Amino acid sequence: MSTSAIDKYQPVIGLEVHAQLSTLSKIFAPDSTEFGNMPNTNVSVITLGHPGTLPKLNKKAVEYAVKMGIACHSEINDFTFFDRKNYFYPDLPKGYQTTQDRAPICKGGYILIKLKSGEEKKIRLNRIHLEDDAGKNMHLAGEVDTLVDYNRAGVPLIEIVTEPDLRTSEEAYALMTEIRKLVRYLEVCDGNMEEGSMRCDANVSVMLKGADQYGKKVEVKNMNSIRNVQRAIDFEIERQVSAIESGEEIFSETRQFDAVDGTTHGMRTKEELNDYRYFPEPDLQPVVIQGAWLEQIKATMPPLPQMLYAKFKSFGLSDYDVQVLTDTKEVAIYFDAVCAHTNNYKAAANWISGPIKSHLNELALNVSDLNVTPAQIADIIRLIESGKVNTTIATQQIFPVFLEGTTKTALQIAEEKNIIQQSNTDELIPMIQQILSKFPDKVEEYKKGKVGLLSMFMGELMKVTKGKADPKVATELIKKTLES
Amino acid sequence: MKRYNTLREVRSDIASGAISCVTLTQYYLDNIERKKHLNAYVEVYANEALAQAAIVDEKIKAGTAGKLAGMVVGLKDVLCHKGHGVQASSKILSGFISQFNGTAVQRLIDEDAIIIGRQNCDEFAMGSSNENSAFGPVLNEIDPTRVPGGSSGGTAVAVQADTCLVSLGSDTGGSVRQPAAFCGIVGFKPTYSRISRYGLLAYASSFDSIGIIARSIEDTALVLEVIAGSDDNDSTVSTTVVPEYSKSTPYTKKASVCYLKEALESPGVADDIKEVMRKQIASLQAKGHTVEPVAFPLLDYILPTYYILTTAEASSNLSRYDGVKYGYRSSNATDLLSLYTKTRSEGFGKEVKKRIMLGTFVLSAGFYDAYYTKAQKIRRLIKETTEGLLQQYDFVLTPTTTTTAFKIGDHSGDPISMYLADIFTVQANICGIPAISFPKGTDANGLPIGLQLMTRAFEEESLLTFTQSLLDD
Repeated sequence: MSTSAIDKYQPVIGLEVHAQLSTLSKIFAPDSTEFGNMPNTNVSVITLGHPGTLPKLNKKAVEYAVKMGIACHSEINDFTFFDRKNYFYPDLPKGYQTTQDRAPICKGGYILIKLKSGEEKKIRLNRIHLEDDAGKNMHLAGEVDTLVDYNRAGVPLIEIVTEPDLRTSEEAYALMTEIRKLVRYLEVCDGNMEEGSMRCDANVSVMLKGADQYGKKVEVKNMNSIRNVQRAIDFEIERQVSAIESGEEIFSETRQFDAVDGTTHGMRTKEELNDYRYFPEPDLQPVVIQGAWLEQIKATMPPLPQMLYAKFKSFGLSDYDVQVLTDTKEVAIYFDAVCAHTNNYKAAANWISGPIKSHLNELALNVSDLNVTPAQIADIIRLIESGKVNTTIATQQIFPVFLEGTTKTALQIAEEKNIIQQSNTDELIPMIQQILSKFPDKVEEYKKGKVGLLSMFMGELMKVTKGKADPKVATELIKKTLES
Repeated sequence: MKRYNTLREVRSDIASGAISCVTLTQYYLDNIERKKHLNAYVEVYANEALAQAAIVDEKIKAGTAGKLAGMVVGLKDVLCHKGHGVQASSKILSGFISQFNGTAVQRLIDEDAIIIGRQNCDEFAMGSSNENSAFGPVLNEIDPTRVPGGSSGGTAVAVQADTCLVSLGSDTGGSVRQPAAFCGIVGFKPTYSRISRYGLLAYASSFDSIGIIARSIEDTALVLEVIAGSDDNDSTVSTTVVPEYSKSTPYTKKASVCYLKEALESPGVADDIKEVMRKQIASLQAKGHTVEPVAFPLLDYILPTYYILTTAEASSNLSRYDGVKYGYRSSNATDLLSLYTKTRSEGFGKEVKKRIMLGTFVLSAGFYDAYYTKAQKIRRLIKETTEGLLQQYDFVLTPTTTTTAFKIGDHSGDPISMYLADIFTVQANICGIPAISFPKGTDANGLPIGLQLMTRAFEEESLLTFTQSLLDD
């Protein structure tokens, strides 16, 4: 299809993001929520909807949803209740899902995303509500029957519903990234789309640019990565534009994304549209969230990425540095802690994205596993600032000692290892003169303009000093001696 | 063996050595066998009950027995009893064994009650005659051509026919009180949320209550005291402290009682019942209680409100019976849709299907506000009006039923006339207030008549003691 056709249209996109809450037990039953167990082992009579059972609300799930709401600037509904959404499907043990239709736990709010231009865009939320997950139908190879695994049934979910504020698939990508970052900062969900603990349905429509009415929206499901959310939306936009351009009508439907070929295809026809017959769940009391409980939840809120982003920007760091530093909460908090001990923020950033990161990557560790304290990193930075060691030496000789665990200061280590660098002019000048006298031809070449030889002389000096010469001082001295 | 009316009598005869739990249990088992034609029981746990009786006898000797030692009880087939079948007298739960004890059942067991069997009822507690059961109708012992009432028909007949001392039933719109009235015994429904619903098969969650059928107020009080109270497994249960109902002091105050005018004026109420009402009113007045007639302007809205809301909840509560996980599954299914339709068409009886369809309709898009929302509003009005009445008066007196036990098959062609029979009992469930049916005389045919008292929420204690004072007449 021609780009010009696409350009005539304005895509309008809204997302419904399901995040499995990382509570230890299910939303209405004490069963474990652990992923990957043998089928139908995390099930009790409540999960299976045995006659006579009743739901019992997991308070933790409520608290997690409230946290997400606070992080998204939502209004926390002080009187929230559950509704039943009725439909038949084998993975739904009770014949209804317990969800929130009329009084969601969080109303409104927004999430800020960063556009490529560097601008920020506010994506408004319609709501965040709590509900229970369904089980899983399984079609095993060689098995004629469909089997059902109810381990997932009853795992708590929040559904984050945005307003149709997204205009491109890139924006959707950015939003998903931001949501994943938020749930991970809050530790309410592991954000793992491959395992299905975070899922996304995209509502996509297109309209002619300047039109005042949205087109018919199509719901696209089954994207198991953020990348695939973007791909699915891209495909859907093109499909809809080309359909309209060739005179077809778009009708509201649910389409399934196929990650293999990047296309979407229709799932059910209109006739099968369900009437879910929502009504208030009579087996659960409304939940009142206010006063001490709300304050208690607020008190457990970690620093949020937006806050840390702004703080680190105020340190004078580049967008790139700040992005990397706020990518995960652990790194951001570690960096923030280093910065409490030093004002050399750039150096702190470099230490984290350099030596620390490569050490962690090498051993596949997390920042939380690191046994070097932020104060020790600041200590190394101060030693480098004082000119007593250079960064390379510090990385190779001091950092590993800290990694092994020590109570010594960076200076003590440097002294013990005899690596305090020489910046004493009186000691260095005779050494430089001696080196230059060994290479008269090179000196000639340098004088003729081959300034690159400077590094060779430097290398020789480092050999003699066993790397302890202060590079800055030494460079100046070599230059001076050559030119004298 | 003589017919026992209270646990106190039982315990006194055990203490004197006249009987033991084992001989008493055997007596009840023999009665069950002799009265098999009444069809009160779905399943009898003869060996288990006898074994339990022997254990309780030992405990009584050792002085370690619980409050209900010596009480032989039966359970309506809607109460979960670990390792035992429970199927709400429905084909759809054929072969289903409960994996847990409901809270009330557990509390009975903990106090050494002996459970003798599970009892026939209207399918999923939907009915007023016990004719809607997959196990066939239950017969009224006084006149086996007549119904025992419903839905707890088997439960009432089991006590009526002296096959156990007490039974637990369930009461969503009168299902304990109406059969108790038809059978000439006591039927009690506490405040909604007073007894945990965990382990009670749901019909309509916001109406359902476990109820007690007994031969005496004192046994009713004792069992209530044991099974009521907060429960971690039911988030809707009340945490209000449970008084020791069994130790209540007799009612000595002068009560103010109102009765519904319609009870004496409506042509729908049988003359013999009106006569018993008049006598009761006169006797109350003679004792110095205030008795006044009141009009209840919302009476006509009670049944529609009840049937809209209970069927709505039932349509959802019964969705889990789909043939996928347990119970009956049609062998004629060829795909998923036919698995559902055939299983449910074959597994549910006519009345249940009727109510599921009605409930599905009132909840469906486009009709929801006209029916469900409106009915919720009227429910609130009825509740507020009733509460207003109960601020003026301590008790509301009505007949429990408009007629005495009718003939089997009488209403089979006319569901509305059957529904109307519940007019007086449904109000307590709509409002969530406690209500009791107590036997008061008989009609010209010798059929028992029951009167009903209702009172304010959580005032079971005065309801029971006041009722006792009327029975002592």
